[in-house]
Amino acid sequence: MARATMTSTPAATKGAMTLLIATRKGAFTLRSDASRRTWKLSAPMFLGHIVHHMVLDPRDRRTMLMAVSTGHLGPTIYRSTDGGKTWKESSTPPAFRKVHEGESGRTVNHVFWLTPCHANEPDSWYAGTSPQGLFRSDNGGVTWAAFSSINEDPQYLEWMGTVQDGTPDGPKLHSIIVDPRNPKHLYFAMSGGGVHESVDGGKTFLPLIKGLEVVEGFDPATVTFHDPHCVRLCPSNPDRLYQQNHCGIYRLDRPSNQWVRIGKHMPKAIGDIGFPMVVHPRNADVAWVFPMDGSTVWPRVSLGGKPAAYVTRNAGNTWSRLDKGFPKADAWWTVKRQAMTRDAHDPVGLYLGTTSGEIWASRTEGQSWVCIARHLPEIYSVEAAMLAR
Amino acid sequence: MRIHIPSALRAYTKQQSEVEVEGSTLGEVLSELDVRYPGFRFRIVTEQDRIRPHIRIFVNDEQAQELLTPLNREARVYIVCALSGG
Repeated sequence: MARATMTSTPAATKGAMTLLIATRKGAFTLRSDASRRTWKLSAPMFLGHIVHHMVLDPRDRRTMLMAVSTGHLGPTIYRSTDGGKTWKESSTPPAFRKVHEGESGRTVNHVFWLTPCHANEPDSWYAGTSPQGLFRSDNGGVTWAAFSSINEDPQYLEWMGTVQDGTPDGPKLHSIIVDPRNPKHLYFAMSGGGVHESVDGGKTFLPLIKGLEVVEGFDPATVTFHDPHCVRLCPSNPDRLYQQNHCGIYRLDRPSNQWVRIGKHMPKAIGDIGFPMVVHPRNADVAWVFPMDGSTVWPRVSLGGKPAAYVTRNAGNTWSRLDKGFPKADAWWTVKRQAMTRDAHDPVGLYLGTTSGEIWASRTEGQSWVCIARHLPEIYSVEAAMLAR
Repeated sequence: MRIHIPSALRAYTKQQSEVEVEGSTLGEVLSELDVRYPGFRFRIVTEQDRIRPHIRIFVNDEQAQELLTPLNREARVYIVCALSGG
C-alpha cells in the first residue's frame, strides 16, 4: 500500500460560497454573501439539458466542467475557464472503443461523475460514465480517453454486469477518489459492481468489498452484487473512508480491507439505507447521511415523510438526528447520491438538493436547516465551491 | 445537398435550420458536418457508428437505418429528434 507523506488537516475556509446545482433540466448556481445567510439564484444554464454533475476545479477555482446529455442527443462535457460565465464543448467527450464489425461494443449513455485529479496534476480530470467506464483528461477536459484497462478488461466487464444489474437509469461508475497524499492511489465505485482500489496509478485495480453486505440471499463474494451508493475519503485522515451502500453505512480504516457496518448503530426505526454520504473536512470522526425508506418496494423517500439528516461525531458509534427547520410531516423527499455536500467553513455548511427541486442549507453543521431555493427541476447533484475573485 | 437541422442541434450551426453539405453517403455527410461543426456528429451517432436511439434521419422521406445509406446530389436529408417523456 502506497502511503506517502502525511497531509495536514485543511484549514477552515471563509467567505462567499457558490453552490453548483445540476438538474434534470439544466444547471443553476446559488451564490451566498460572506455570512452564507442570503443566497441568489442564477438564471438557468443549458436549460432543458440533463446535467448530471457540475464541478469546480479546486486547483485554479476558475475552471468548471459540466457533464451533459439530453433525452435524444448523446453525452458530452462542457468546460468553462471563467467560473461559469462562458462554456465550450469538449472536442472529444468520453467514448468507448469502436469495435470491429460483428463485435458487441458499448456506448456511453451519459457522463455521471467528474473528479479533479491530484493537486500535483493540474488540468487532469477523471470521469465516470453510465454504463460503467473510467476516463481521464489531461488538458482540462478538452479531450478524454479511456483510463486504466477496466473498460475492456473481461473480469471487470463481468463485474460490471448488465444494464439489468444496475440502477434504473443505467449502471454508474462513481465516487472516483484520489488520495491527497499520492496521485497513484485511487478508488472508484460502481452501482453495481463494488468498490475498487489502485495503488499503481490505475494500471491495476482490485475489489475492496470485504465486510460489505449484499441483498439477502445473494453471495457477498460475487463482486457484481455489490451496490455502493456513495464513498467519501476524509481529507483530514485519508486512511479513513465512509460509504453509504445499498445495504448499509460503512467505515473503512486503512490499511485494513474490512469495511465495518457502522449503520448498525442507527436507530432501528430509521435504518441505514440512503444515497449520499458527507464527511467533515477537518474531523474524520464526523460524517453525515440522509436516510431514506428502503422497505418493501424501496420508496426511497424520507421515512414517514419526515426529512432528517443524521450525524455521527464518533466515527459511527452513535448517531444523532438533525431535523430542525425541515418539514415536520408530509415531505416525501429523495436526495440523490451527488445531491448532498458541504463546504469547509467553520462551522461547516451543509447543503442538499431534493428531487422535488428544493435546496436546503445549514450553516451549523446540520443543527438547523433553511430552504434557500425551491421550484427547481429534479436535482441530481450539488457541489459547494469557492470561486476565485 | 441541403440538410435540415433540428432545433436541438442549431447551437452547432449558428442557428441555421438548413445547411449545404456534399457527400455520397449519410456517413460522409455527417463527418463533413462534424468538421464544420465540431461535436455535432457524436450527439447523434454513437461511438459504434449507430444512429442514436432517439434520433431519426430521413433521406427523401425514407428513414435511414445506417451510415452507409447512399445519397445523390438532390437528396433531401432531415435530422429529427424523437422527443419523448416529460
